[in-house]
Amino acid sequence: MIDAKEGTAQVKIGTPKEVFEGENRVAMTPDSARQLQKLGYDCLIETGAGEKAGFSDALYEEAGVTVIKTPAALWKEADIVAKVRQPDGGELKRLREGQTLISFFNPAANEEGMEAAKKKGANVIAMEMVPRISRAQKMDALSSMANIAGYRAVIEAGNNFGRFFTGQVTAAGKVPPAKVLVVGAGVAGLAAIGTSTSLGAITYAFDVRPEVAEQVESMGAEFVFLDFEEEQQDGSATGGYASVSSPEFAAAQLAKFRELAPDIDIVITTALIPNREAPELWTKDMVESMKPGSVIVDLAAEKGGNCKLTVKDEKIVTDNGVTIIGYTDFPSRMATQASNLYATNIRHMMTDLTPEKDGQIVHNMEDDVIRGATVTYEKEITFPPPPPKVQAIAAKPKEKAKELTPDEKKAQELAAFKAQTKQQVTLLAVGAALVLGVGLIPGMPASFMQHFIVFVLSVFIGFQVIWNVAHSLHTPLMAVTNAISSIIILGALIQIGSSSLLITLLAALGIFMAAVNIFGGFLVTRRMLAMFQKS
Amino acid sequence: MENAFTIAAYVVAAVLFILSLGGLSGQESAKRAVWYGIVGMAVAVIATMFGPGSGLWLASLVLIAGGAVVGYQLATKVEMTQMPELVAIMHSLVGLAAVFVGFNADLMINYVGNIYEAQGLVMGAVGDDGITAIGLPKEAYDGLSAFGKLIAKKSSVEIGILRVELVLGIWIGAVTFTGSVIAYGKLAGKVDSSAKKLPGGHLLNAGAAALSLLLAIMYLGGSGSWTLVLLTLLALFIGYHLIMGIGGADMPVVVSMLNSYSGWAAAAIGFSLGNDLLIVVGALVGSSGAILSYIMCKAMNRSFISVILGGFGGAAGEQMAVEGEQIAIDADGVAQALDEADSIIIIPGYGMAVAQAQQNVAELTRRLRAKGKEVRFAIHPVAGRLPGHMNVLLAEAKVPYDIVLEMDEINDDFPDTDVAIVIGSNDIVNPAAQDDPNSPIAGMPVLECWKAKQVFVSKRGQGTGYSGIENPLFFKDNTRMFYGDAKASLDTLLGKIS
Repeated sequence: MIDAKEGTAQVKIGTPKEVFEGENRVAMTPDSARQLQKLGYDCLIETGAGEKAGFSDALYEEAGVTVIKTPAALWKEADIVAKVRQPDGGELKRLREGQTLISFFNPAANEEGMEAAKKKGANVIAMEMVPRISRAQKMDALSSMANIAGYRAVIEAGNNFGRFFTGQVTAAGKVPPAKVLVVGAGVAGLAAIGTSTSLGAITYAFDVRPEVAEQVESMGAEFVFLDFEEEQQDGSATGGYASVSSPEFAAAQLAKFRELAPDIDIVITTALIPNREAPELWTKDMVESMKPGSVIVDLAAEKGGNCKLTVKDEKIVTDNGVTIIGYTDFPSRMATQASNLYATNIRHMMTDLTPEKDGQIVHNMEDDVIRGATVTYEKEITFPPPPPKVQAIAAKPKEKAKELTPDEKKAQELAAFKAQTKQQVTLLAVGAALVLGVGLIPGMPASFMQHFIVFVLSVFIGFQVIWNVAHSLHTPLMAVTNAISSIIILGALIQIGSSSLLITLLAALGIFMAAVNIFGGFLVTRRMLAMFQKS
Repeated sequence: MENAFTIAAYVVAAVLFILSLGGLSGQESAKRAVWYGIVGMAVAVIATMFGPGSGLWLASLVLIAGGAVVGYQLATKVEMTQMPELVAIMHSLVGLAAVFVGFNADLMINYVGNIYEAQGLVMGAVGDDGITAIGLPKEAYDGLSAFGKLIAKKSSVEIGILRVELVLGIWIGAVTFTGSVIAYGKLAGKVDSSAKKLPGGHLLNAGAAALSLLLAIMYLGGSGSWTLVLLTLLALFIGYHLIMGIGGADMPVVVSMLNSYSGWAAAAIGFSLGNDLLIVVGALVGSSGAILSYIMCKAMNRSFISVILGGFGGAAGEQMAVEGEQIAIDADGVAQALDEADSIIIIPGYGMAVAQAQQNVAELTRRLRAKGKEVRFAIHPVAGRLPGHMNVLLAEAKVPYDIVLEMDEINDDFPDTDVAIVIGSNDIVNPAAQDDPNSPIAGMPVLECWKAKQVFVSKRGQGTGYSGIENPLFFKDNTRMFYGDAKASLDTLLGKIS
């Protein structure tokens, strides 16, 4: 809603410097600031906020952004605060009534954060809560960050892997290609698959949702199927995210991984289930069975890791020489790219919040996307949101049309043919009966019957001919039939020679009107047909 | 009667007419086929003037020339968007001509009857064989015109049949006349195009029809020509009232139906004049119009009767509520999406014709194609106000016809299409026809444009279509509404696409 204190004055969007240790990203770039100003907002930035992402204060000033010296002043002045990381205690204290905060917020595990925001009366939009519907893709920061993480994970792995990704035959000997396994084919997984295949590695991928196999294969990787018969749950029912699988399924999955482990050079695990501890997918014995020099990148490290040996934010080397990378700041390691994407997500969110483009925020709680992302609103905690009205991507698994056996096909064709024959015979019988009926009327003169036969045959020819007329030529067809139906002129021509004045007059009018039609009809048809041109 | 030469010429003309219609199966052969029609008509007219219609040559030629001038003016001045009006008004001329010719036949019967009486004979009396008419004495017979001779030779049974035929011809002709005039008025916007009925509705039509039947029987029973005049007036009323009760978007059916009627009227007159060529052509035109009406009705999944009776049937139950919201987009957004798209399908409708936007659509198509994008058009059979209306408009704007496809040809391609642009159509792209069994248009075949990755709808405002039902397409996640007059919207869009 319109900020009560500011009234209709210029609304300001501010971005502070991230306080989290090692965070390099920034929620506003000079580019996004320009777009935000087009929406009618003033932009503020804390001095040095974009430094680590490669955006100097001078660049911001050039884009018309006011540089503010201290975080306190920025939080005080900004009506809308856009940042990256979940706010810490100090930042929460700076919230004030009517202020809007747009940031990652981790609402599922941030009870006190929501309480604090509620108490202060600030409206918080949590970027990770943006629902996964196609309309909201442009503001889906989780996806844009996951994309970076996936890419960076492969680069990080390559950095720690002692061989080429691609196989080569050189004068100095043959190099086998690296084998990469990506577990979890979400956004991050798909990005990792894309990067890995384009570097030339043989890439395998696994996901609990079999419907993504197609996507995986389209990226050039091989989908690892399990020998497991179970009705798979539909991933799209849970908003496009994976959920917990059954113990039997988990066992089958681990068995498959165990079988693959000795062959694989690089493992990238990305399996996360929303609001839960990451599932253990790469066990200690699998790590032990891997070759020395192999690399594991655990993108789930923040939630405990898909591999239990993973140490959060660190790179370790196991006794058998396997490197396990547990960094959680992949997007931050590519701060310029990540900031650009994140700032664009924020900008799209602001566009949705500013339907009139007049620099006034309209917090429309009826809107699925805005409602879903809002975690506190007007001193109420609005988390968790109601399920989205619109179903997420890839709604139903494709219902495959049942393949017909040749026999069934034949039977079908035969039935259709029989039905057609039956219909035709019936029509013919009825038609013949009608014609015969006319002929049987007592006293029906033969002269009439001759004309009648001509008529019936003409109707028959008409039907045969007209069915073949192209749909696109229906208008010319009407014009042409119109022109030739003026054949009625013949009747008038025959009558005009009469000795009765009235007959002559009526016939004359008839001739005139029919002539109009003949010429008008044919000319307009020709005009139309001349327009139809092939490309 | 007709001499052998005339009949031979008629055979030639009939074959040419059939070829002329048959040639319309393809765009290229159609250009040749129209000449067959023209030659056929010329042959028929000239043969008639040499043969049975040899009276008043000069007058006939002058009248034909006059008609030619008017026809030429009409044909060259008309805008392609006005084609439906032109076709409708031309039907009315055929209808009226049929009425006149029919009345002439009646007048001639009376005239010949009077001559018989003056000779002290009875018209139609038969000779010894019970079939052949006795006819008039030689001198009286020779004094008659060609048409008079034709009638004078008929027996009473033949004259009875002749009367049946001319009643039919007049009745159908009269219905066609007023019906076409009203259809013209509606299409030209001179008459309010919504469905309107006088109090009494269809009962009034049924009553008038029953009364005409009664009058027809009275006429055949020899009650005199006043019954015929009254019957004509009733038929004129039925034509007026029937078409007044049919709404604008059903006009494709109405126009094809009137097309059919004008043919049947010609055929009926042909019977009464004993002219085979009239019968052949009338039957061809009649069946052509009937097939067109059938195709149109099928495309709307409605029976012919329900279209003629007007209005959509009531909903069978609770209609599905539409969820979501209509999201607007500006020209920048559309231009950007078009720039990124590889395959584009444009779905034009009556709104494009109303806004005269076909040139802009064509220009957009040219520019997009120049950028190497695949642009195609999807045409629903009932798009516009005339069968094939959209094809003609696009052809006028020089859109090549091989990228203009029918519904059945293109419907499967939507899932692989990046952008679908709906310009001024509504019901023909309504997913409720497939999804909602309770929708009034349930079961109607529609263009499945919502399966495209993105859909833009160019539309004037948030109103509903002809059927008055909400279109869930506008609320879909991948749909963006591009509000505004189609022509103005496309103008701004063209400014953004180089």
